Amino acid sequence: MHDVLDALEAEAIWALRETAAAFRKPVMLYSIGKDSGVMLHLAKKAFHPGPIPFPVMHIDTTWKFREMIIFRNQMVEEYDLDLIVSTNTEAVAQGVSPFTHGAQEYTRIMKTVALREGLDRHGFDAAIGGSRRDEERSRAKERIFSLRMPGHRWEPRRQRPELWRTVNTQLTEGQTMRTFPLSNWTELDVWRYVRREGLPVVPLYFAAERPTVVRSGSLIVVDDDRMQLEPGEVPQPRMVRFRSLGCYPLSAAVESDAASVDDLIAEMESSRESERAGRLIDGEGGASMEAKKVEGYF
Amino acid sequence: MSEGQKAALVRMVACGSVDDGKSTLIGRLLAQTDSVPDDQLHMARTVRRAGSIVPVGEVDFSLLTDGLEAEREQGITIDVAYRHLLLPSGRRVIIADAPGHEQYTRNMAVAASTADVAVLLVDAGRGVKRQTFRHLTICALMGVRHVIIAINKLDAVDFSRTVYDELAGSVAGAAARLEMSRVRVVPVSALDGDNVVDRSTRTPWYDGPTVLEALEETDHADEDVRPLRFPVQTILRAPDFRGLAGTIATGTVRVGDRLQVAGHSTEGRVVRIATHGGDLESAAAGDAVCVELEPDLDVARGDLLTTGEDPCVPADRFAADVVWMGEEPLAHGRSYLLVCGPLTVPATVTAVRHRRDVESGREEAARVLSLNEVGRVEIATDRPVPLDAYERSRHTGGLVLVDRVSADTVAAGMVRFALRRSANVVQHDYAVSRDARERLAGHRGKVVWLTGLSGSGKSTIADAAERNLHAQGVRTFVLDGDNVRAGLNKDLGFTAEDRAENVRRVAEVAKLMMQSGVVVLVALVSPFRSDRRAARDLFDPGDFLEVFVDTPLEVCQERDSKGLYAKAAAGTLPNLSGVGQDYEPPLQAELTLSGTGDVSDSVATLMALVLDEPGTTE
Repeated sequence: MHDVLDALEAEAIWALRETAAAFRKPVMLYSIGKDSGVMLHLAKKAFHPGPIPFPVMHIDTTWKFREMIIFRNQMVEEYDLDLIVSTNTEAVAQGVSPFTHGAQEYTRIMKTVALREGLDRHGFDAAIGGSRRDEERSRAKERIFSLRMPGHRWEPRRQRPELWRTVNTQLTEGQTMRTFPLSNWTELDVWRYVRREGLPVVPLYFAAERPTVVRSGSLIVVDDDRMQLEPGEVPQPRMVRFRSLGCYPLSAAVESDAASVDDLIAEMESSRESERAGRLIDGEGGASMEAKKVEGYF
Repeated sequence: MSEGQKAALVRMVACGSVDDGKSTLIGRLLAQTDSVPDDQLHMARTVRRAGSIVPVGEVDFSLLTDGLEAEREQGITIDVAYRHLLLPSGRRVIIADAPGHEQYTRNMAVAASTADVAVLLVDAGRGVKRQTFRHLTICALMGVRHVIIAINKLDAVDFSRTVYDELAGSVAGAAARLEMSRVRVVPVSALDGDNVVDRSTRTPWYDGPTVLEALEETDHADEDVRPLRFPVQTILRAPDFRGLAGTIATGTVRVGDRLQVAGHSTEGRVVRIATHGGDLESAAAGDAVCVELEPDLDVARGDLLTTGEDPCVPADRFAADVVWMGEEPLAHGRSYLLVCGPLTVPATVTAVRHRRDVESGREEAARVLSLNEVGRVEIATDRPVPLDAYERSRHTGGLVLVDRVSADTVAAGMVRFALRRSANVVQHDYAVSRDARERLAGHRGKVVWLTGLSGSGKSTIADAAERNLHAQGVRTFVLDGDNVRAGLNKDLGFTAEDRAENVRRVAEVAKLMMQSGVVVLVALVSPFRSDRRAARDLFDPGDFLEVFVDTPLEVCQERDSKGLYAKAAAGTLPNLSGVGQDYEPPLQAELTLSGTGDVSDSVATLMALVLDEPGTTE
């Protein structure tokens, strides 16, 4: 008898194999987070005993937590990955940072633009991402195979009907595909799978004493000396962890004592906040995820 | 799992008319099963959209299911949204929330295509509407096994048993006529919560399950006791390993089983079912696995593995019910790509048998199907393919049709039966091969396909080129549109459908001639890209050269060597390409020739293309 995780795993493996088999040059987006970690493991399973047949690409804004980069490099070793790092170097040179440009504009420049450029530079026609439908309302409408128009635009009204296990993988000039194998997973599914399969995750997901400041009601961990402190602001040590990892100045921590995967799952089974509540970039404007997706964000 | 066993994951489609209260019902189901995070509940307490009657501070359940900005503005659902419902038993329901508007019938069909159960809402105050029957018909068409009919807004009719009984009888009767056997009717008020999750005290005359309890009753199709259907998705390779990977559609596969590729009788024995977590002894429907066969069979993506006891005999003509999803209507005779799981094959809709009125259930005579219409068609594939009847397996009997130019999905189809199994048509491999014939000829066979407007100069160029080739000892033949229409194709006219068939026959004849080692020059208007594309698909790369004879319409009209443009101008020739019908110039022709230049220049360029191709002359 199969459980929910077995069924979700089989669906994800199907989507990964379909992407690898039907497209000319696929790539997997790797964000270092727990969902990306699950995807790597699923890719390993999907093509076993063969190798993972596509490269992975990390969109590095240069503002990730240091522990994330260390972890990424460990994963490259462990899974023998062909890693591509894509950074908007022009914007970095211009000094674009979360402090200078505001969360929304910073995200557009450092993530959306860097992603589009990375995909174009290598000519990838399909990109596999770890988004889940339970994350956010506009993502509930997302297909597992999501068509992007020239310029990587997402047009909700032009999405293709998805029936059975049959995918229309035909692309016209300039069109690309995004594949979301974890579409039907919930945050709790991801953690239960991490536990069941014994997968490594970035230690930032677990509670530890970290230097924090409070900004607009959010707990921000001061990860390096680039953090611009307000006058009189002194980082305080607090027991915190992250539910969602991004750029450190934009990722809100939560106070927690959960120091293991079991603790986390227990905490989550009683916690009722949605995961992206801690992402500052989603907060601006009622439909901001939808607006970002239209521009080509994941 | 055998029949009746309950799978961990249940897929549900929610359908109903716009104001039946579907969003409210789903929102309440989600909220009362702890399936919604607190911040989203908070939003549903504070945010209000125009027309909401729920006081601020209480949860407006309908807000929990709204997705896109455009939908929030208009207060309607445009697209299918997917949500999770956690059943108290620990099972999971994936809800596909389908829009109610008629113009979104296609989305409704999409949501129903994978559903095990449908929840259909009826507004007790307004009664059963045409739309209700439409949704029921689509669920039946798409093979949804269980139906829960929620007679909603009973609070508005004082929980009248008479009203309920009448509506329940009407909808249940319609479901029975559609041969849907597992039907539950539940009296509810989604707004107040009666019989949704908690049993109502206001319906003492009802002792059936609540909506949630009815969902718990849902079981899966008995997919793993059916014959094995294993569509091969991809081939996995590793040192000393070649495995066939895919998701089992129906049936079970065990180590030691003897499998065959549909359409072939050679068998391979399963020696290994490989997974990352270790090898398996057996795997069942829904499992994504990788099998190794001994001996290894010649298998490619799109092939179907079966057992010898219950094979799937390939066919190349099928009767299917389709839901038309394209903005452009279905034109029969048009070539599309047919996709079924990993299988992709060029296909033509050869006939529309009838259209089905999804509200009355009646069949109506029809020649075309437009957006959101449902009908029975005949489909011919370019080669025999293993498709099952949809009732037997959704995954090997459900298909989509893809427009070859726009790449849009234009139809979803359910195979009802094969019209011509190819079991008695076995291709014989003759000892004298194409290669041998070509060696004798001293050159490769090839097809040069000249397309262009009437009067563009195709025949003139073909004639001159053939004389040149002949003089150089190349064996040639010209298939000229007008000449072919005098004999082989004299039963065909000039409608889009007939033109498609004209192109198909000429392409097949050209292919036979090419295989005999002849360079075939085709001079045919062939105005439609998809038809030319279908012709090209009959050939291996390099065997088919598309040549566009590019002559402005005004020049062709001026020449008017056959008097056709004069007739068109007089209104007696409606389908002339470039006048009454479109001409679609090639986008990726191997060669474009100007039809206004010197013919000898054109011929020289054409000769270079034909003769320079490796292997044409040796």
